[in-house]
Amino acid sequence: MKTDHSLPLEYSTEQNQLNILGFWIFIGAEIMLFATLFATYFTLANRTGTGPAGSEIFEITPVLIETFLLLTSSFTIGLAVHAMRIGKKNAMLTFFVITLLLGLGFLGVEIYEFTHYVHIGAGLQTSAFTAVLLTTLGTHGAHVTLGLFWGLFIILQVKKRGLTPGTANKAFIFSLYWHFLDIVWIFIFSFVYLKGMM
Amino acid sequence: MNYFDRFAIPNPSPAIYAAMVAIGLTVIAIVVGLTYFKKWGYIWREWLTTVDHKRIGIMYLVSALLMLFRGGVDALMMRAQTAIPDNALLDAQHYNEVFTTHGVVMIIFMAMPFIYALMNFVVPLQIGARDVAFPRLNALSFWLFFMGAMLLNISFVVGGSPDAGWTSYFPLAGNDFSQSVGTNYYMLSIQIAGIGTLISGINFITTILKMRAPGMKLMKMPMFTWTAFITNAIVVFAFPVLTVTLLMGTMDRLFGANFFTTTNGGMDMLWANLFWIWGHPEVYILILPAFGIYSEIISTFSRRNLYGYKSMVASIVIISFLSFLVWTHHFFTMGQGPLTNSIFAITTMAIAVPTGIKIFNWLFTMWKGKIKFTVPMLYAVGFIPIFTIGGVTGVMLGMASADYQYHNTMFLVAHFHYTIIPGVVFAMLAGLTYWWPKMFGFKLSERIGKWAFWFIAIGFNVTFFPMFFTGLNGQARRMYTYSEASGFGPLNLLSFGGALVLAAGFALIVYNVYYSTRYASRNIGSDPWDARTLEWATHSPVPSYNFATSPKVDSIEAFWDHKKNDYPLFKGEVEEIHMPNNSGIPFIMSCIFFVWGFSFVFSMWIPAIITTIAIFVLMAYRSFEKDDGHHISVKEIEETENKLRGGNK
Repeated sequence: MKTDHSLPLEYSTEQNQLNILGFWIFIGAEIMLFATLFATYFTLANRTGTGPAGSEIFEITPVLIETFLLLTSSFTIGLAVHAMRIGKKNAMLTFFVITLLLGLGFLGVEIYEFTHYVHIGAGLQTSAFTAVLLTTLGTHGAHVTLGLFWGLFIILQVKKRGLTPGTANKAFIFSLYWHFLDIVWIFIFSFVYLKGMM
Repeated sequence: MNYFDRFAIPNPSPAIYAAMVAIGLTVIAIVVGLTYFKKWGYIWREWLTTVDHKRIGIMYLVSALLMLFRGGVDALMMRAQTAIPDNALLDAQHYNEVFTTHGVVMIIFMAMPFIYALMNFVVPLQIGARDVAFPRLNALSFWLFFMGAMLLNISFVVGGSPDAGWTSYFPLAGNDFSQSVGTNYYMLSIQIAGIGTLISGINFITTILKMRAPGMKLMKMPMFTWTAFITNAIVVFAFPVLTVTLLMGTMDRLFGANFFTTTNGGMDMLWANLFWIWGHPEVYILILPAFGIYSEIISTFSRRNLYGYKSMVASIVIISFLSFLVWTHHFFTMGQGPLTNSIFAITTMAIAVPTGIKIFNWLFTMWKGKIKFTVPMLYAVGFIPIFTIGGVTGVMLGMASADYQYHNTMFLVAHFHYTIIPGVVFAMLAGLTYWWPKMFGFKLSERIGKWAFWFIAIGFNVTFFPMFFTGLNGQARRMYTYSEASGFGPLNLLSFGGALVLAAGFALIVYNVYYSTRYASRNIGSDPWDARTLEWATHSPVPSYNFATSPKVDSIEAFWDHKKNDYPLFKGEVEEIHMPNNSGIPFIMSCIFFVWGFSFVFSMWIPAIITTIAIFVLMAYRSFEKDDGHHISVKEIEETENKLRGGNK
C-alpha cells in the first residue's frame, strides 16, 4: 500500500479514499431510506384509526433530553476527529468514549419512551400512525445501537494498533455516520415531534 | 409434530411432489459428485471464497441462466394452461403461484444477476482496473443474491409459493387473503437479494468514479461503463425504497402492523405507490445496461465509432432522472384523479424522447458501416424494430384515458414482454456471446448461435404478438382460464406454439455451450471480434490481475487507436501488483442470512434471534480482522504474461 503523507491519515492510502467515497454513497442510500420512512410517516400521520394521535402521546421532556444528548455527541465526535488530525491519540479516545456514552444515554431515554408508548396503548399494532411512528424511530434507534458497537470496536482497535491509516480511516467514517444520524434526528425532532405537538 | 406442520405444502399436487424428489436427487448428486471427484477443496478455494470480479461475474452468469430456465418452465406452464379454453392442467391456485414466481424469478433473480454478471466481468476491464473498489463486498453481494434466490426457490416445496403476483399488492398480499407463508418468502427473499444489489450499486459507483485508467476522463468512458455507472446510481436511490417497503410489508404480515391493511388507518394504495417508486426505476436498471451492450456491439460490428456519444450519455442521464417520475402510470385506473394522471402521462411519454434519440444514434452508427452479421449483431439489429413496437405500445398505455381500456389485459402483458425480451434478454444473450471469448477463451459456435437467434426471434413474436389482439378484445391477464365462447382460443393456442419455439431456441443455446466447449478452437487470440474497448487489450482468459501494466488512455477508443494508429497503450514497466485476499466470510454470512430469512418466513423466533446475532458477530470479526491482501511479484507476472502470450499469438 502506498501512503501519501501530504494528506490527512484517513485519506492517505488509495483504499482509504475509496472507503470514504463509498461511505458517502452509502449515506446517499441511507438518505433515501429515511426519506421513504418520512414520506410514509407524512402519509399516515393522521390515520390514527381507533388509536391516539401524536399530540396525545408526545411528551416534550424526554424528547428534549434525547435531542440534547445526541446533538452534543455530534459535537464531541467532531472534537475526536480534530484530535485525531493533530495526532493526539488519548484525547481522541476520550472524546470517542464521551460520544458513545452520550449515545448510550440517548438510547436509554428512547427505550424508556418506547415502553411508555406501548404502556399507554400506542403499540405497533394500534394504528397505521403508531406503526410508522415506531418504525421510523426504531430504524433511527437501531442505527444508533449499531453505531455504539461499531464505535466501541474502533476504540479497541485504536487502543491496540494506534493511529494508523487503517484505524484513522475507520474512525473518520464512523464520524460521518454519527453526524448523519444526528441530522436524521433533527428531522425527526422537527417533523415528527414538534409538528405532532402543534 | 405440530411444529413441523407449518412446512407442509398448502396446495399439494403430483407435480410438486415430483419436484421435491428431483430437488433431493439433484442435491445428493452434487454432494456425491463433489466428494467422488474430490472437488470440495477446489470449489471452496477457487469459487466460494473468491473475491475476483471475473469469477464473481461468472457465478452470477451461471445463476442467472439457471433462474432463466426456472422462470422459463413457469412461462411454459402458463402458456400450456391457457392454450385451450377451460383447460384443467393447472387450477387457479397453481396458476396464481406460477405467474407470481415467473415474474419474481425473471425480474429479480434472472435479469438482475444477468446484468450484474456482465457488469462484474466487463466494467473493471473496460476502465483498466485491477478489480472493483470493494472486492469482498462484491462477493457478499453475489452470495446474498444467491441465497435470496435459493430462499424463493424452496418456497414451492416448503410451505407454499407466493401467489399475490410479482407486485404483491395489498390487501391481497395481507394475512387475510394470503394465508400461506408464500408472501413471507416473497418479502424476505427479495429483501436479502436487494441488500446485495444495493451493496453492488455502491461498489460500482465507487469503482467507476475512482479507479479508471490514467487519462480516461468521464466523457472518454466506453458506453457500457457509462450505462453501468448510471444504472448503479439508480440502484442506490431506488433500492432503499424497496428495503423500507418490504420491511413494512413484513411487519404487517408477521407482527400485525397496519401499514397496508384496510383497518386502523392502514392504506393499501401506499404499497402500490412505494412498490412502483422502486419498480419503475427498476425497469431502467434493467434496460440501461442493455442499451450499453448494444452500443458496444453495434459500434464493433459496424466498424464505426458510436454515433452521437454525447447525446447517448445525455439521454441515459435524462432517462434515469425521468424514471423516478412516472411510477403512477402503473395504476392509472386506481383513483388518483385526472390531474395526477395527466402529469404522469406526460412524464411517461417524455421518456420516449431520449429513448428515441438512442435508437436513431444506433441507426446512424450502422449507416454506411461495414456491418458484419455475427450472432451478437443479429440480436442488436433484431432488437431495434421489436423494441420499437414495445415502445410505441408503451406510449399507447401511457395515455391515461386510453389506459382504462388496456389496463390489466393481455395487451399490457404483450407490451412489457416486447420491451423486456428484446431489451434485456436479447441484450444479455448478445453480451454473453460477445464477451464469451474473453471469459472462457473460445467463441460460441456462430452457426448454432444463428439458428438459436432465429428460433428465439420468431418464437418470441409468435408468442407475444397475438396477445395484443386478445388483450384489445378484453382477455384479462392473470386469469387461469377463459370460456370457448370468448373466442380467445385460437390465438392463445398460437401463442403456446410460439412459446415452444422460443423454448427450442433456448435449448439450442444450451447445446451451443456444450458443443463449443468441446469443439471450438482455443486459438483465437485476445481480440477475436476486432473490437474497440480496453477489455480486449488483455489476454483471454484474463489473468487474475487483469492488466500487467495499467493502460494509459487519451481517447474514447484508445484500444482502437492502439491497433490502427500505433498509439502506445501500455507505456509503464511491470511493477509488483497488490491484490485482495480470498475470504470465506461473504459466503458464510450469506448462508446465515438464508437461515435468518427462513426463520422469519415461518416466524421461528429463536433461530431468527440467533442468526441475527451471528450476522453481527461476523461483522465484528471482519472489523477486527487484519487483512492487507497479497502482492504478485514482477517475476510471477512476467511468467504469466509469457505463458499467455505464447498460447495466444
